[in-house]
Formats: sequence, C-alpha cells, structure tokens
Amino acid sequence: MAFLRSRIHFHASSPRRHLFATLPALLAGLCLLSFCGCGRSIEEKTADGRIVLQYWEKWTGFEDDAMQAVVDDYNRSQKRVFVKKLTGLGEVERKLMLATAGGDPPDIAGIWPSTIPSFSEKGALTPLDKFIKEAGIHRGDYIPVFWDLCSHHGFQWALPSTPTSLALHWNKKLFREAGLDPNRPPQSLDDLEKMSERLTIVEIKRGGKLVRVRYPDLTTDEQKAKDFKLVQVGHDPQQPGWWMPMWVFWFGGNLWDGQRHITANSPEFIQTFQWLREQSEKYGVDNRRGFGASFGNFQSPQNPFFSDQIAMTLQGVWMYNFIDKYTPQMEWGAAPFPAKDPRAHPLVTIVDTDVLAIPKGAHHPREAFEFIRYVNQQGPMEKLCLGQRKFSPLLKVSDEFMKSHPNPYIKTFIELAKSPDAQYAPRLSIWGEYNDEMNVAIDRIMALSATPQQALDAVQGRLQWKLDRVLKRWDAVKDDRLKEWSDYDPR
Amino acid sequence: MTQGEKRKLWVGLAFISPWLAGFLVFTVFPVCASMFFSFCDYDVLTKPVWVGTLNYRDMFTDSVFWKSLYNTLYYTMFSLPLGLVIALIIAVLLNQKLHGRSLFRAVYFLPSLIPVVASAMVWLWLLNGNFGILNHMLEWFHIKGPQWITDEKWTKPSLILMSIWGCGNTMVIYLAALQDVPRALYESAEIDGAGAWVKFYHVTVPMISPVIYFNLIMGIIGSLQVFAQAYIMFGGGGPNRSVLFYVMYLYQCAFDYHQMGYASAMAWILFLIILFLTWVATRSTRQLIHYGGE
Repeated sequence: MAFLRSRIHFHASSPRRHLFATLPALLAGLCLLSFCGCGRSIEEKTADGRIVLQYWEKWTGFEDDAMQAVVDDYNRSQKRVFVKKLTGLGEVERKLMLATAGGDPPDIAGIWPSTIPSFSEKGALTPLDKFIKEAGIHRGDYIPVFWDLCSHHGFQWALPSTPTSLALHWNKKLFREAGLDPNRPPQSLDDLEKMSERLTIVEIKRGGKLVRVRYPDLTTDEQKAKDFKLVQVGHDPQQPGWWMPMWVFWFGGNLWDGQRHITANSPEFIQTFQWLREQSEKYGVDNRRGFGASFGNFQSPQNPFFSDQIAMTLQGVWMYNFIDKYTPQMEWGAAPFPAKDPRAHPLVTIVDTDVLAIPKGAHHPREAFEFIRYVNQQGPMEKLCLGQRKFSPLLKVSDEFMKSHPNPYIKTFIELAKSPDAQYAPRLSIWGEYNDEMNVAIDRIMALSATPQQALDAVQGRLQWKLDRVLKRWDAVKDDRLKEWSDYDPR
Repeated sequence: MTQGEKRKLWVGLAFISPWLAGFLVFTVFPVCASMFFSFCDYDVLTKPVWVGTLNYRDMFTDSVFWKSLYNTLYYTMFSLPLGLVIALIIAVLLNQKLHGRSLFRAVYFLPSLIPVVASAMVWLWLLNGNFGILNHMLEWFHIKGPQWITDEKWTKPSLILMSIWGCGNTMVIYLAALQDVPRALYESAEIDGAGAWVKFYHVTVPMISPVIYFNLIMGIIGSLQVFAQAYIMFGGGGPNRSVLFYVMYLYQCAFDYHQMGYASAMAWILFLIILFLTWVATRSTRQLIHYGGE
C-alpha cells in the first residue's frame, strides 16, 4: 500500500499527474461525442459496394423463414442494394417509435395497420402515394380491405405482406360426442349458443358422487345453483380474448362513426355485452374463472381448443399451423362465425394484415419501396404467404397457390376477407386506449359487477373525451400535415 | 482560492469527469427534460407543445390515475409493514445460535437473488386457482382457495404475499445491525431481570432503530414504485385494473399511449408523494430513533 501511495502521491504540477487526470476527462469527452454521433448511423455497404437496407420484422420460426426466402431471392436479383433483415423483434412498434424519434429508423419496417393512424398523424411514416403511382400499383390489385387497412386520411402508408381473416374453428369429435352433426357448424349466434350448451360438460355431485353431465341435462335447480365445475365448454367468447370489443361486428354494430364519435354505448354494443354477460350468468363467475385457470399457453398442446376443453373458437388463418404442430390428428372444420342476424350479415369477420412501411427519416426510401414493391408482386407474395400458410392479399392468385396450399379451408378465409362484412379495428390513433378501456368494461360485466349500460357509459365518457383531445390537436396541424404529405417528393 | 487550489479543483473535476458526464447526460438532463415535458403535450414523435398545467389538471379528473394511486397505496400500506416485521422476525431468529444457521440465512436470502421474471413466472403457477400449490395446501385444511390471479379481490393480496417472499435483502440488513448490538447491554438487562421480550423491546429495537428507519424509507420508495412483477404477471393491470400500479400506468401513458407529457407530470407527482411520505416518516420517527453517537 505504501508503495502505491508513493506512486500516486506525486507533486501537484507533475506532468504525469496531468496526463493521469486528463485520461478520465478524455474518456468522458469520447462518451459524450459518441452520443452526439448516434443520431444517424454510418451508411452501411456490402463488400461489393451495394447499399444495405435495414429491415425490421417481428416474425420468428417458419414465418421468418418464409420472409427470409423472399429476401434472399430479392438480394440475389440485385446489384445495387442488399436487404438486411433484423427479425424476431418483440414490441417492434415501440422500438420503431424510439428509433424514429432518435432520427435513425430502419429503411423498412414490418408493422401492423393499427399503428398507421397514430404514426402517420405524428409524422413518423413516409407517404407512399407517389411511389405507388410511379409503380403503377392500384387498389384494384388487392382484396379491398387490405388496401384500406394501409391507408389513412386518404394517403397510403404501407402495403400488405401477409393477411388474415377470422373464422369459427370447431372440433368435429366433440360435436359427434355431443350428438351433433360434425359437419354442420352453427348457422346463427342463437344456434351457436344452443350447440354450445350441448357441448358443455360439468362435473357435479349427485348422491355424494361426482358425475359428469352435459349442461342441458342438469335440472333447473342445478343450473340455478351453479354448484358445479366446468370441464368442457362449447364456446367461450373470452377465448382467446384477443378481439373482445370487436364482437360488436357480429351484432351489426361498430366501434365509432368513422368521423368524430365513439359509439361504445350504442344499442348494438349493449346487446353484445349482454350476450357476454349471459355467459357468467349461465355458468357462474367463479366456475368460469376456475375453468380459465386450467388452460395452458396458446402455442402449446394445452391450448384449450387442442386439449378438447373448448369445442368452438374464433381464430385466424394461422390456426391451421398450430393444429398441424400440436394436434395433427384433430378432426376440425372452419366456417364463417355466425352473426346475430345471419341473413343481413352472412359473412362477418375481422381482417388484419402484416404490412411493410417506410419510417420517416429512412436513409433510402426509394430503394426501400423497390423492395416492398417486389414483395407485392404475385410470385414473391405467393411464396411468402404459402411459406406462412396464409392467403395472398392480392386479388390475382395462381391455381398452383390454391392447389398447393396445405390449409383445407383456405377458400373460406379468402371468401370472408372479400365479404362486405369484413371489418377491422377502427382507424383511430387512440385505438390502444379504446381496446384497454373496453377490456376493463368486459372484466366488470363478466364479474357481474356492472350492467352493460353502466360499463359502456364509462367507456363512452372516457374515450370520447380522449378522442376530442386528439382531434383538437389533429385539427390544429391537419392542413400542414396534409400539405406536407401531398408535397412529399422522394427525389 | 489560490492558484494551486484552483488547479487542484480542475484536476479533481477531470478525475471525476466520466461519472460527471454520465450523471449530467443520464440523470440531470432527463430530470430537467421531464420537468419541461410535464408542461407539454408531447408524444415523442412530434415537437412538444406547451400546454401549461393541463397535464397536472387532467390528473385530478382521470379516474384511472386515482385508481392506480389507490392500488399503489393499498399495496404499500400492507406490503411495507408486513415486510418490515417479517424480515425482522426472521433476522432475529437467524441471529440465534442455531445448528446450520448459515444455511438458513442463505435459504431465506435466496429469493432476493432470483431474477424477477423467473420468480413472477413461478408465482403464476404457485397461485394458479386450479393447480397452484397454495390452493392445494389450503385444501388440507378444507379451505377452498380463491382464484388468486383472475379474481380482482385477490390480485393485490397475491402481490403482497409475493413481496414478503422477497424480503431477504431487508432481513440481511437487519441481521448486520443485530450483530452490532453490544452483548453487554443484554447482560445488564439480564442482571436486572429482563426476559426475552423486554430485552428485545428495550434493547434490540432501540439499538437497531436507525436500520429500521432506513428499511422503512427504502421500503416506502420501493413500494410506491412497484412495477416489474405486477407488469410481468398482469400486463395491462389485471382484472378490472385491480393491480394497475402508479408506475405501470405511467409506463402505459408514456409508451403505449404516447402521452409522454402526461407521464412526465405523473412522475413528478410521484416524486412529490414519495418526498412527502419520507418527510412524514422522518418527522414521526425522529423521537424513536436512537443513534449510538448522540
């Protein structure tokens, strides 16, 4: 120690001491300088001098492999650019927001359409209209809803990659066991409820013994007492619970008027929530909670649909992949999920799509669009969608695609996407909050702690207030934004 | 200041400059920026727009803000005293001359070392209403356990229970303090005829009171900022927002709803709440804390 002290305790004016003290200062300066430089990364080029396009995507597994195959094809065809895909990004939108705010976004971003209203209004996306016009791409090339999902305020912000629509999936074996025709799915919502009761099995004590009984075979007193345990349910609208507020579409309603008003407490919504509440009234709040606690993860053999716990479920075109992976022996079918009024609305569905967008501030927007355009050609698009076992968002589809598609119900999903009753999440920048608020309202009615009217009035009040705030701000910048987007010149 | 002193000052500053640079860039600047943003309508992507005290006024009418504050205070009110008392009891027990004392100390401290994500996932299974070990154990006593995770009445108690499980850090600090209590005081008390409880109450507690105070203050700060486990287990705040804690709502506003201005205002209000509660705790315990040096 004495040796160390003697080495450190040198004279105040020693040049060595100055050098010693300057080192940390230099280090600090370098740190600060590196922050100054992190606003924009250095342009990256391949060894053969090609521009590297940064592409952020959220997929993993075979879905990522499918896109990688398309990217590889594109890179092979190119002498000028090279697409470098960074994949498996969790919370891609949050990362994109921060990268864009920091001035160093990727050139291409794989996002969802629900992000478009918020990001476009905040100037975080590049309008693609001029690129699209130059490329000769038209709305008529696509199944219309997927084109519409990429537009906002009359501008096009992205182009679709892999789309989906939702359909009723049912377990034919459970139908057969319940004495139902396994090839006849429910034709109306009332029909579904009756079949659901027949498919529901409870465990109850009778004469001191635990027995399993189908719900309609319970006595009226047993149904009222609800002193049973659910072991199998026909249909549970909270499974998987990803589109809860959008059940209103099957009742002929909507989430807003498309202009300036939330319609959370419309008569259709009240009716929807009454239908949801009836599940708790019929089967019991605690019984349903207990039943829900027995489910495993969605992507596992313990998924309640795969483990014969739920006979009918609303799911997307991707469900085939999971059935194939976790329960390939399952006998299943897919059909349009029936509406309350099936005559007026025979083919109701929710559609969504993955999209490719160019963030504002991207280094190479023109080159980025070239790649997006490539993906949106029939050949690459079919390769991508077949790889992910989805259907193509393009209207023109080859016979080969349809013949080689492994999902036996792919035509049903395409038909649903083309239906005039194909609906999607509202194009609102506050959709995240709206969805959260609706889910709280659903918690309340499912716990029977509020009536549909009370729960929905609370949502209406809070969300209309929020929307008014957002619109006020939008109104203040609207003209400037629209002009900026119209004037955007990619050159 | 002489020339030499000035030079020494500069040299000193140069030596601490890496820390200073980090402190200025990562602490002082964000703190000042958040104060500015709290008076702005700011969504990260566009320029902040000055709105005066609007964010602060909005908080008063925001029912979710009040709910998150209520949830946080409820959690703090139960988890903090329970955690302090249980950690003290365990520390006192582990301070006795027991066989395998070191092993027990390690066992009780272990939960504090488990990563928060791992422990949250384990607790999700322990608390499962159907298959959880907790309800299974309750069944031995013919008690039908609740749905801890899905019933809004039980979500907060679940998290309070979990917080007690992780009281190892507090326990270790108590243990260190307990080992510093002079033996002579206990011997004197014993000569005066004091029993175990009297020795604990009149000797141990006053002697470790500064440490109890320290744990109390750190506990207030920690409990009011509860986030990770609740976020991992309940994401959006649990059934009917029953475990939407203050910091979770702040995070939602900032990163889900892009209301960075409102979130900044919430952060400053939380700072004031913590400041106030710390002040109250300091004032109210001033007479009760015994410092050896005084």
